[in-house]
Amino acid sequence: MTINWFKYASPASFYFLAGRMIPYFSIAAIIFLIVGLYIAFFSAPTDFQQGEAYRIIFIHVPAAWMSMFLYVVMAFWAGIGLAFNTRLSSMVASAIAPTGAMFTFLALWTGAWWGKPMWGTWWVWDARLTSELILFFLYIGFMSLQAAIDDPRRADKAGAIIALVGVVNIPIIYFSVQWWNTLHQGASVSLIQSPKMATAMLSGMLIMALAVWMYSIVMILIRARLIILERERHTAWVSELKEGVLE
Amino acid sequence: MKWESVSDFFAMGGYGLYVWGSYLVAILCIIGEVVAIRIRRRTLYKHLGLRKRSILRGEK
Repeated sequence: MTINWFKYASPASFYFLAGRMIPYFSIAAIIFLIVGLYIAFFSAPTDFQQGEAYRIIFIHVPAAWMSMFLYVVMAFWAGIGLAFNTRLSSMVASAIAPTGAMFTFLALWTGAWWGKPMWGTWWVWDARLTSELILFFLYIGFMSLQAAIDDPRRADKAGAIIALVGVVNIPIIYFSVQWWNTLHQGASVSLIQSPKMATAMLSGMLIMALAVWMYSIVMILIRARLIILERERHTAWVSELKEGVLE
Repeated sequence: MKWESVSDFFAMGGYGLYVWGSYLVAILCIIGEVVAIRIRRRTLYKHLGLRKRSILRGEK
């Protein structure tokens, strides 16, 4: 059996596929969130240095990971849309931006509320914090630019250029704690070292990371479907959908 | 259970303000995003001149 992978590059096919997938990802998001929060507040032990304040980690680290990861995915699809003129890729990139911006804001916010009790300050202009703030501005810039251009395809192209140029910031954020002397601590999880955290802390963090993954997928799919309808509203398949012909 | 009482839980060992300040804003962000999407959908459906909203969901 051969699968036609390009079938889902058509906005109409993707619209229906996404609609079928949303409920499963929603359920997964809720389950991971419940389990993750239970571990975060009831199963993970008190930290010997930071007391209970460290529990912010269960939201701070997953949000920060997601903010960087979503940016790369957004830039990837925006780049594909620019290079191959595939409409759906650009629509997906636009659908990712608000969720990415939200997680960037959340990483900065929870970082500030963690920094205050631990470092004695809400904010410092250190490399990690500053580069994450730049990431927030990149998301905002991408969205503002797209909103300012009336023609969607031109908006896609302009946005793609911002997104692709901004990718350079991602390794800067990630390696900032190694390249510069920062107040921010080093990486919490490393692929080459054994974990420095208690198992319950680590598993809670990873499950919360899965929860924000699932949540992001749901939000992006819903938003992508809206963008598809907005842009394809004059096409035959949307008219048929409106009349209830397509089931 | 590691917490002795409900108030002990909310106190978070003296860090309650910071822990709940973080989690509360996280919840607000999620609510904000969901509300924003709902508003966008309502505007779109109005624009498309749709009355029956369920049709556009496109689920089988």
